[in-house]
Amino acid sequence: MSDTHVKRVDHIFKKANCREVLEKIMDMKPDDICQELLESDLKGRGGAGFPTGLKWRFAANEEDPVKYIICNADEGEPGTFKDREILDQVPEKVFCGMAVASRAIGAKMGYIYLRGEYKFLIPMLNEELLKFHKTMDEFNLNFRIQIRLGSGAYICGEESALFESIEGKRGEPRNKPPYPTKSGLFGKPTVINNVETLVYTVMIMRYGAAHFKELGTKDSRGSKVFSVSGDTPKAGIFELELGMSVDEFVQDFGDGDTKAVQVGGASGFCVPRKKFEETIIGFEGVPTGGSMKLFNSTRSMYNLLHNYLDFFTEESCGQCTPCRVGCQQLLKGVEAVKRGDKNSKYLEELVKLAKTMKRASKCGLGQSVGNAFGSIVENFKEEIIY
Amino acid sequence: MDTIIENELVRELANQHGRTRESLIPILQDLVVHKRFLSKQDMVDVARELNISAADVYGTATFYTFLDTELRGKYVIRICKTISCAMKGKNEILSTIEEILKLNLGETTPDRKFSLLEANCIGWCHKAPAMLINDTPYTELTPEKVTEILREYIKK
Ligand SMILES: Cc1cc2nc3c(=O)[nH]c(=O)nc-3n(C[C@H](O)[C@H](O)[C@H](O)COP(=O)(O)O)c2cc1C
Ligand code: SF4
Ligand code: FES
Repeated sequence: MSDTHVKRVDHIFKKANCREVLEKIMDMKPDDICQELLESDLKGRGGAGFPTGLKWRFAANEEDPVKYIICNADEGEPGTFKDREILDQVPEKVFCGMAVASRAIGAKMGYIYLRGEYKFLIPMLNEELLKFHKTMDEFNLNFRIQIRLGSGAYICGEESALFESIEGKRGEPRNKPPYPTKSGLFGKPTVINNVETLVYTVMIMRYGAAHFKELGTKDSRGSKVFSVSGDTPKAGIFELELGMSVDEFVQDFGDGDTKAVQVGGASGFCVPRKKFEETIIGFEGVPTGGSMKLFNSTRSMYNLLHNYLDFFTEESCGQCTPCRVGCQQLLKGVEAVKRGDKNSKYLEELVKLAKTMKRASKCGLGQSVGNAFGSIVENFKEEIIY
Repeated sequence: MDTIIENELVRELANQHGRTRESLIPILQDLVVHKRFLSKQDMVDVARELNISAADVYGTATFYTFLDTELRGKYVIRICKTISCAMKGKNEILSTIEEILKLNLGETTPDRKFSLLEANCIGWCHKAPAMLINDTPYTELTPEKVTEILREYIKK
C-alpha cells in the first residue's frame, strides 16, 4: 500500500515555534496581516470556503472598541473528527492563530466553542491556555481566550447559532445580513473561523503566502486535513494536497470495491463510481470540510440516505417551516417509497421538495439537505425504490 | 428541606459562573454534572437566581440534547448511531449493552445507575463503532470489549 496517489503533507500537526510567529506579527501592521492572508488565497476549512483574509479585513475595518474572535470547534458534521485531533495535538497553534486574528482585527477577547462530545479535552486545554496567557503577557498583548462548551446540538456549528448559544440562548440561527464581521457575538464585530483555518494562518504568517500557495490549484490553494472513514483499510486523519480527483483519492484509500464516496458529510455530496474521475475534491468541484466516507458494493445507499435524513430531522432547529417540515417529509417520503406505498414518481416530487428547501430555508442546514438527497437519489435510484 | 439544598447548589453555581444571561448554559451544564438531569424545581431556582423567566430557562434547556430534563442514571451511555458506526456493527453493541444492563434504549436502570441513549456522530468515525459514557469516549467497540467496559462500571 505504499504507492500513494495523493500527496501527503505535514503542516498542521508539525510543532511550530509560536513565539517566533508572534514576534513576526508584532512587527507587522494589522492590515499587512490581512493582506498576506488575502495573497495566500486561504479559504475557510469549515466547509463554506469564505476567503479568510477578506473576512478578517471586513472585521478590521469596523470601528468598534469591542470585537471578538471565535474558534469554531463544534465539529458536528458526520464524518469529521480532524478538529478534535488538531486541538489535541497542537492546541498552542490554534491559540496562536486566534492571537494573530486578534492582532489583525483588534480584538481583546476570544472564545473556543467546543462541542460537548469533546469535553474530555478541557483539562488539557485549560492547562495549555495558562501557558498561552503567560506568553500573551510577555508580549504585552492584551488578549484572552475562554472555552465555551456545547451541549449536543449540531446546529450550533452554524456561526450565528453559535453566537446565540454563547449568549445563553437556544441555538437558533439569525437572519443574514448583518454578517458576523459587522454584528456577531453580542452584536459586536466578530471573526469566526474553523480550528484548521486558524492553524493555517499561523503557517502563512511563519512561511509566507507564497509557500502556502505552492500546493493545490487555482481555486483550492494549499492542503487540507481530511477525515477518512467507512469502507477503507486506511481510516484516519490525513493532510493532503488539494485538487485531487475522487478517483485518485479512491485509488489511495479505497478497499478495491468502492462504489460511492460521500464528500462533505451529511450536508455534502454523494459521488458514484462513474463520476470518480471527473470530480475534483475542492472548491471547483465538491467542496468539503474534510469528511470523506467510502462505501463499497455491499452497502445499501438507502440506509445511507435514511441515516442522514434521520440526522437532519433530529438536528433541524425547527425555526423555519421549509426545513422543519421538509426534513420530516423527506424522511417519511423515502420510507413510503421503500415500502411500496408510493411509486417512483413520488421520489421526483421529493427531489423537488429538497430543491425548494435549498431556496426557502433560513440557514445552511436546511439549504444543504438537498445536496445529499439529490445526489444519492439521482445516482442510486434503484436502491432507494427496491 | 430538599429544595433548600437544591437552592444552595444553584446559588453556588451562579456565584461561580455569574448571573448574566450568558451564564445560563454553563450553570445548567454543571447542574447536569451534579444531578444527571434538570428537575423542574432546579430550573425554577436558576430562573430566580438569574432573574429571568422560568420559561426561558426551560426553553433553552430543552433545545440542547445534553441538557437532559428527564431523570437519568449516574452513568449515561450514548452510543453513536450515525452511518460509519451503523456500518461497523453498532446494533450488535447496542443489543449487547441492553442484554447486560437489562434495559432498552431510552431507559434508565431502576437503581438509577445507567441510562442508555443514542447520539449523532460523536467524532470517532475512523474508530467506529463508538460511544460515550458521560464524558469518556470508547472506540472500536466489539461485544467483548463493551462487556469488559460495562463490567468495570458495574463495579464502581
Ligand atoms: C448546520 C451548520 C453546521 C456547521 N458546523 C460547523 C462546524 O462544526 N465547524 C465549523 O468550523 N464550521 C461549521 N459550519 C460553518 C460555520 O457557519 C462557519 O462558516 C465557519 O465556522 C467559518 O469558518 P471558516 O471560514 O474558517 O471555515 C456550519 C455551518 C452550518 C450551516
Ligand atoms: S434551515 Fe433548519 S436549522 Fe436552519 S434555521 Fe431553518 S429550521 Fe433551523
Ligand atoms: S459516525 Fe459514529 S462517531 Fe462518527
